[in-house]
Amino acid sequence: MRLLLIFTKFRYLKMPKTEKLQEIVTQTRRDILQMVHKVNSGHPGGSLGCTEFLVALYHEVMDLNEGFEMDGLDEDLFFLSNGHISPVYYSVLARKGYFSTDELSTFRLINSRLQGHPTTHEGLPGIRIASGSLGQGMSVAIGAAQAKKLNGDTKLIYSLHGDGELQEGQNWEAIMYASGKKVDNLIATIDLNGKQIDGATDDVLPMGDLKAKFEAFDWDVIEIKEGNNLELILKGMQDAKNRTGKGKPVCVLLHTVMGNGVDFMMHTHAWHGKAPNDEQLANALAQNAETLGDY
Amino acid sequence: MTKYIDQGKNDTRSGFGAGMTELGRTNPNVVALCADLIGSLKIQTFIDENPDRFFQIGIAEANMMGIAAGLTIGGKIPFTGTFANFSTGRVYDQIRQSIAYSGKNVKICASHAGITLGEDGATHQILEDIGLMKMLPGMVVINPCDYNQTKAATIAIADYKGPVYLRFGRPKVANFTPVNQKFEIGKAIMLNEGTDVTIVATGHLVWEALIAAESLEKQGVSAEVINIHTIKPLDDEAILKSVKKTGCIVSAEEHNYLGGLGESIAGMLAKQHPTPQEFIATNDTFGESGTPTQLMEKYGLNSKAIEQSALKVLKRK
Repeated sequence: MRLLLIFTKFRYLKMPKTEKLQEIVTQTRRDILQMVHKVNSGHPGGSLGCTEFLVALYHEVMDLNEGFEMDGLDEDLFFLSNGHISPVYYSVLARKGYFSTDELSTFRLINSRLQGHPTTHEGLPGIRIASGSLGQGMSVAIGAAQAKKLNGDTKLIYSLHGDGELQEGQNWEAIMYASGKKVDNLIATIDLNGKQIDGATDDVLPMGDLKAKFEAFDWDVIEIKEGNNLELILKGMQDAKNRTGKGKPVCVLLHTVMGNGVDFMMHTHAWHGKAPNDEQLANALAQNAETLGDY
Repeated sequence: MTKYIDQGKNDTRSGFGAGMTELGRTNPNVVALCADLIGSLKIQTFIDENPDRFFQIGIAEANMMGIAAGLTIGGKIPFTGTFANFSTGRVYDQIRQSIAYSGKNVKICASHAGITLGEDGATHQILEDIGLMKMLPGMVVINPCDYNQTKAATIAIADYKGPVYLRFGRPKVANFTPVNQKFEIGKAIMLNEGTDVTIVATGHLVWEALIAAESLEKQGVSAEVINIHTIKPLDDEAILKSVKKTGCIVSAEEHNYLGGLGESIAGMLAKQHPTPQEFIATNDTFGESGTPTQLMEKYGLNSKAIEQSALKVLKRK
């Protein structure tokens, strides 16, 4: 048994970076599907679309301290603005070690720390702000970035926002501020899946050329054309990091596929806020074989 | 009756500015944010002395509230500054989610509260802000009465960990509380002991209550006057002790009776010690343009109105 463990660990250490991350991604997908299935509620579509990104962020991109301190001094911080993708956030935090994966089974249940949308209210380690009422995370991220500057802390602030979320006006106050005040220790990523609850963003409220819009607001913008490709995410985020500290906030336009990794959930907004039934769950899990052990 | 001397009329917003100046010198974690109203908030000295700790946000109050919430992550104590209307109603959801629900140590400092903002009219006056803020779980709501007390409150809230709404005003009013009187959040201040009627006032109405009590004394009515600078948490004990002695109460505030101090008192008394109460407050109405004095007169928010309500509530005992 012990030998097997050592062998497994050795195998893991020898694996290429993206292969290791892929194992976590697959397990995270299983977590997401099982969490929303159990309570028949929650948001699998956007969660699956951002799984590769968040796994890469927490396991490769960000410089994180051991344990959790609200102030997050001398470490990179992440803020999730589109709080409805809480299933992926919770799974990634648990598998990174912020809390036990056992707790994932309490998602959306009464008395749980894993509320429908993320909150600091229940003291869940890893979470620094409540989110879900959309459009607020960019401002919070800017505040945290300014606090880092005041503290002489050179670590970075990362944030994630939905594309539909950019219809909220507060974002544009924040986008204008961040460049105007040279908040250059911030990397804000936009999950460009082109979909929102009522349909395609282009049908609900077309937002036009987001790259041109961010550039017009004087941000440094990069695109990750395949936002579900781990290698391209790592490359893109390294590029983003290299662009910080140069007087401009950095925007990453992350082109993702909603529902990625589960064929019948992909390329549709139908699974934005809908859980799979028993049969659909079995089908989805069969497409993502267990890697690190279910919770 | 205890005598109170006006040390010279001054505006409560200048008390806030003076408090910020002191905090700038004594507490390195205090930072200030403003949405294009530096002059109105009287924080120029803080800015001059601590340029790195001041954030000019521009006319973008929602962004200001979010940035304030973010600044707490890293140990800063943000004080936001704009008019009361733009500090509350305009940004209610930002305060609710990013500050109150998230338990962030943000001090929302709101000038030009109430009807005494005057000539700008109802678009800028807010008479609902106490209600909006007191309904948020965990939010402390403070409305000091004069320059000295506003300065003391500003300094005191920096030492309290958690979200606070601090409300003050524009007009120059009597400055009568002692310089450097210790400000204790949630602790009412007894201004005059009396036996016939309790007058509990907050903000600009405290001085008016003292004038009313003097006039009542001449008519043989002994009025107890309590300064409730903290509307939430309410000092239940001080109010209960007083009404058990006097048997009736007048509440006085520059705010709508719906959602205001009077409503908090009535709710508390209904549960613990039902007592006849009269409300000095606006009556479910917007304000309008006019001078502060004219508006206080028209909307029944002055010493004369308090006096009449005291005489009325006495008869209901």
